[in-house]
Amino acid sequence: MAWTKKILRVNLTDGVISAEPLNMEWAQQYLGQRGLATRYFVEEVDAQVDALSPDNKFIMATGPLTGTMASTGGRYSCITKSPLTGTIACSNSGGFFGAEMKNAGWDMIIFEGKSPTPVYLYVEDDQARLIPADDLWGKSVWATDEEIHKKHQDPQIRIACIGRAAESGNLFAAVVNDLHRAAGRSGVGTVLASKNVKAVALRGTRGVGNIKDMKRFIDTTFEHKKVLAANAVTGAGLPTYGTQVLMNVINELGALPTRNMREVRFEGAHSVSGEAMHEPRASDGKKNLTRNGGCFGCTIACGRISSVDRTHFSVKDKPQYWGNSGGLEYEAAWALGPDTGVDDLDALTYVNFLCNEDGLDPISFGSTVAAAMELFEDGVITTEQTGGIELKFGSAEALVKIAELTARGEGFGKEIGLGSKRLCEKYGRPELSMTVKGQEFPAYDPRGIQGMGLTYATSNRGACHLRSYTVSSEVLGIPIKTDPLATDGKPELVIAFQDATAAVDSSGLCIFSTFAWSLDNIAPQIDAACEGDWSVEKCAEVGARIWQLERDFNMRAGLTGADDTLPKRLLKDAANVGPAEGKVCDLGAMLPKYYELRGWTTEGQLTPETRQRYGLPS
Amino acid sequence: MQITLKLYAHLGDLLPAGSKQNKAMIEVPESISLNELIDHFHIPRPMAHLVLVNGVFVCDRDRDQPFALKPQDAVAIWPPVAGG
Repeated sequence: MAWTKKILRVNLTDGVISAEPLNMEWAQQYLGQRGLATRYFVEEVDAQVDALSPDNKFIMATGPLTGTMASTGGRYSCITKSPLTGTIACSNSGGFFGAEMKNAGWDMIIFEGKSPTPVYLYVEDDQARLIPADDLWGKSVWATDEEIHKKHQDPQIRIACIGRAAESGNLFAAVVNDLHRAAGRSGVGTVLASKNVKAVALRGTRGVGNIKDMKRFIDTTFEHKKVLAANAVTGAGLPTYGTQVLMNVINELGALPTRNMREVRFEGAHSVSGEAMHEPRASDGKKNLTRNGGCFGCTIACGRISSVDRTHFSVKDKPQYWGNSGGLEYEAAWALGPDTGVDDLDALTYVNFLCNEDGLDPISFGSTVAAAMELFEDGVITTEQTGGIELKFGSAEALVKIAELTARGEGFGKEIGLGSKRLCEKYGRPELSMTVKGQEFPAYDPRGIQGMGLTYATSNRGACHLRSYTVSSEVLGIPIKTDPLATDGKPELVIAFQDATAAVDSSGLCIFSTFAWSLDNIAPQIDAACEGDWSVEKCAEVGARIWQLERDFNMRAGLTGADDTLPKRLLKDAANVGPAEGKVCDLGAMLPKYYELRGWTTEGQLTPETRQRYGLPS
Repeated sequence: MQITLKLYAHLGDLLPAGSKQNKAMIEVPESISLNELIDHFHIPRPMAHLVLVNGVFVCDRDRDQPFALKPQDAVAIWPPVAGG
């Protein structure tokens, strides 16, 4: 359905649950999901709030196309203030949970306050209640999912929950839904844990409704599914190889951050690549990749379902990990592999399972381990701190041990849970943290892909590739090929990607649809479903408004233009090989123009004219 | 002269038999253009979407240039792919 026009508000402090109408004036300005939930959030929460205090709020939000027949329309987002970055947090996930929320009749669920004891929220259409979860606290995501399904005797319940990592205070803990899809970044799971909420379990039977023009919607979604099917990327490349096909691409390009971003090519890249996932292994002849998998309503199906070699050291005595589960995506594979120097595909797959099982963001986890490995190799920390683990680059054994500890919040895993920035500061080496605004980098070195440097520096949630994926253009030639080593034109490119992405993230669709679709394809689907006039221009304008709103929140939270920067390693130490050899990221050549185009002062603050133009709240 | 040819994703099947890790050392004439190389290995031109020589992208219009390669160059080719 398009907007259900209903919000579920859950006051955890006093246990009161209420329904309220959706603000349709805001829906016309911010669409849904990321944008609309952020509008609610900035209205209701002081930007200076302590992210882990009861005064922070936590919103789960769908978009108007979530749960509809539009391809990829299965997304929802978690919006809150991040304990990792102190910025707005908005983490997007697929699977089936978002569509179930819509089918239960809700656009959003807003959690406020803090429950005195552990609870989970159970929603069955209009009925919602908080149920004690003392027995679930201390359990993993997978165990919690199983227990709740058993308790309600309903296999069709969709569940999003936190694992032991979030409970232990890990600052990059995720919310995991459907066992292995995650709202992964910025510590949104940590916020849910701080409110004593273990899980949200949903059952929706209300079906589709509120479509503005059903015939037009059926026609346009059908036509656009054909576009996805006919496109070589969304119709063939992504289903077959998944995002992991990028491992060799980015390595060849000399932009694969390696060993805590000291280097830009990894000699073991092929061993942990999408191609390697298709190769039969010696022990049993099976491939790492069992099959691909799709989220609700998706006709791309890029997800990976994998297994670990049963004879591998990590699982040989653990039959519970011998089955199939969520496999490696590119960003996770990079953080767990090249960034730590580990080239053992089975070790990476097992650690990826652990990240899903206990709700860890694998990007932040891998990057933080990489920083810890550099601290270890520099002699700043020793086996005394690590509890005996020889935390050396390239050690699969060390990666596996530290993942097990971090998932449970034990031993040195507790320190890994601080994230890279706080860990490196604690040991007096802040320059070794590869973060922006406290969030760890994803898998593209900005010395070799300059636009990504500007993307990271200006991202409203800290270093992130999903805020403007200029790799599409700079590397893959989508929609047009640009030179990855050039800085000219990159401010314009980054802004175009940021705004379009904000609109897509607010619609309920998946950003991966944009490898084939542009707003020219997406706007007609929104327009057929939603009240109002949803032209391409309006969608782009809504995207820009969302970007400005998020920036405004961050500025009021205390960030400044000085936070729009990169680690010195990327600004001062040149790439050592490849096409970018001798180059650093020339952020200074891009940032002033970016500020100007955004309508910000030279210090990065929104001008009154910009605030007025986008109608931002005062 | 000898170069390294790397074919990725499903193009890997077009490498000489016995190739490992999606690459092979091959012998080519010095005058070869990239499109001649692409045709020689039966890579459909639309499938040669991303062509990198030593990591540097070569656009469509430059792929007919003769003498495009030097000894020991690495040519890597992908069909249309994406990720993130």
